[in-house]
Amino acid sequence: MKERRMVPKADFRSYYGRPIVRPPVWRHDIAAYLFTGGLAAGSALLAAGGDATGRPALRRAGRTTALGALLASGYFLVNDLGRPERFHHMLRVAKPTSPMSVGTWILSAFGAAAGVAAVAEAAPLLPGLARRALPPLGTAGQYGAAALAPALATYTAVLLADTATPSWHAAYPELPFVFAGSALASGAGVGLIAAPVEQAGPARRMAVLGAAMELYGAHRVETGKGILSEPYAQGRPGRLLRAGRALTAAGVAGAVLGRRSRVVSALSGLSLLTASLATRFGIFEGGVASAKDPKYTVVPQRERLATQLAGPQSPAGSRGLTGLTGSTGPTGSTGSTGPLAS
Amino acid sequence: MGENSLYGPLDPAADAGYVDAPPRMGFFTDTSVCIGCKACEVACKEWNAVPDDGFDLLGHSYDNTGGLSANSWRHVAFIEQPAKAVPEVIDVFEAAGTTASPQFLGMPGKDLPGRTPDAPRTDFRWLMMSNVCKHCTHAGCLDVCPTGALFRTEFGTVVVQEDICNGCGYCIPACPYGVIDQRKDDGRAWKCTMCYDRIGDGLTPACAKACPTQSIQYGELDELRGRARHRVEKLHEQGVTEARLYGHDPADGVGGDGAFFLLLDEPEVYGLPPDPIVPTRELPKMWKRAGLAGLAMAAAVVVSFLGGKP
Ligand code: SF4
Ligand code: SF4
Repeated sequence: MKERRMVPKADFRSYYGRPIVRPPVWRHDIAAYLFTGGLAAGSALLAAGGDATGRPALRRAGRTTALGALLASGYFLVNDLGRPERFHHMLRVAKPTSPMSVGTWILSAFGAAAGVAAVAEAAPLLPGLARRALPPLGTAGQYGAAALAPALATYTAVLLADTATPSWHAAYPELPFVFAGSALASGAGVGLIAAPVEQAGPARRMAVLGAAMELYGAHRVETGKGILSEPYAQGRPGRLLRAGRALTAAGVAGAVLGRRSRVVSALSGLSLLTASLATRFGIFEGGVASAKDPKYTVVPQRERLATQLAGPQSPAGSRGLTGLTGSTGPTGSTGSTGPLAS
Repeated sequence: MGENSLYGPLDPAADAGYVDAPPRMGFFTDTSVCIGCKACEVACKEWNAVPDDGFDLLGHSYDNTGGLSANSWRHVAFIEQPAKAVPEVIDVFEAAGTTASPQFLGMPGKDLPGRTPDAPRTDFRWLMMSNVCKHCTHAGCLDVCPTGALFRTEFGTVVVQEDICNGCGYCIPACPYGVIDQRKDDGRAWKCTMCYDRIGDGLTPACAKACPTQSIQYGELDELRGRARHRVEKLHEQGVTEARLYGHDPADGVGGDGAFFLLLDEPEVYGLPPDPIVPTRELPKMWKRAGLAGLAMAAAVVVSFLGGKP
């Protein structure tokens, strides 16, 4: 209903109001993966920082969460495939023009490293040789995973932006910041939940910095893209993104003000994790909504063409519309009787 | 990867690494002679064994297919329009009645054809267009496919290998024309192959072969482009000033389409994007932004752990 009322407001033509670009067929698995992938990255960074600065609680929580989030990611990604049993076809090629191919390799490398790091946490329970050999391997894996984490957290932004989905594509400059910030905040959330207050200091600062990045990026995406910001403000995507913002703010406030209370810290952590989840779903669904309404394809492209035509020495038809000169359509021309009669 | 591999004019087969590739083949769909018979839709289904796409009555004029999809690789669009304001010099009813122009597309009469020679005509026109995959020079679908299922053929066309595709779905939002689609019960992505099996044997693709008015013309792309230019000129001479080409220009946002069109109205009226650009054009800039965000992220972690008190 809402769409119907919106159509006449923006002046554009279409084929029976049908979409032009095709909305993604991805299910909510992919939105969920945006969250779990970011969480894995954020946790890996938390683990590395915690280990490097002698905070075992952060290391332990970071390593195990990274593995858990990774397993969930793998499930979501494979489950969303039209042919899940062919998931390994992703590994046939390494293709720089495909962010999904690049991401597959990032995720695989990250997975191996983070997996070793998490398994090494169990070393004390293991016998003899394994007990001694695992920890150094785990440390190497932990730093390897941390080195890959920024790539893991941001490639998904490129993945969404490298589509014809209007509101994703338009958001390409800021989307990586939204996702990086969201990943940091969720990693910080894990630290706040798992670590005692005296070890959680870095997690608090991570929460503040991550939230700042995320809020800056999301603000730009939600307000700076003209008509293409609209899908992020309306309906369910709008509600999700607003909820994400509120929860982020609450989480940061709790992390900073509640630094003496384990309970408040943990609640703040939970709030940050939920915020990250809501933001990812909001961004995902906003893009889908922008693909479903032809307005978001036609109007910006028309504006682009109009700017081109108005620009200096740019002949009409420079962008594939030869014959437009002097005639903008049937009503703009004279001397012709019917559609095809001469 | 050449200089224009992501954007700009390019010979796609050569860029894909073919040596001595045959000439690039394409479709020129001249909508001004389309009669909406849908022979192309049927021929395509027959030849390619494309499954049924359901029995829908859409209420969109004579179009009950709706659009291109995994199970419709040709789609005939029907647009009903009030014809343009009639200039006084020519009376459209008279013209239709007297010149016996076979091209005039009025509303069908209730009577048998020819029984009432001066059957009333309405001030109305139909636009019909057989849409198809554009086999873009810079194909968004092909760029993003992570499995290599989509590939560039020696004829410069874009084809999915059904034994490789794992249904990741990435190609679907990456197409600026909304062409390629996932087949629901099968999970894989499907679209027009420009009858790769036929053209390899020197045959004409099924749709072009079946088209009774040569609205769909198949041939060497360079030759088709020349032919199309002449056709537009001729139509302009005849007063059809709204005729324009779409997708013919190698300098456009996708480097020119392998399947291009002559249209009689704005592209969006036919469900085509007015100014499509391959998403990958921005890919280097996207990675740059992602790199920046990644660095900011790493810096934030360093600051978090090294700055401040516990
Ligand atoms: S029209 Fe779409 S599906 Fe066809 S080649 Fe171009 S990007 Fe691929
Ligand atoms: S759905 Fe198939 S053809 Fe499309 S991008 Fe994925 S693997 Fe390639």
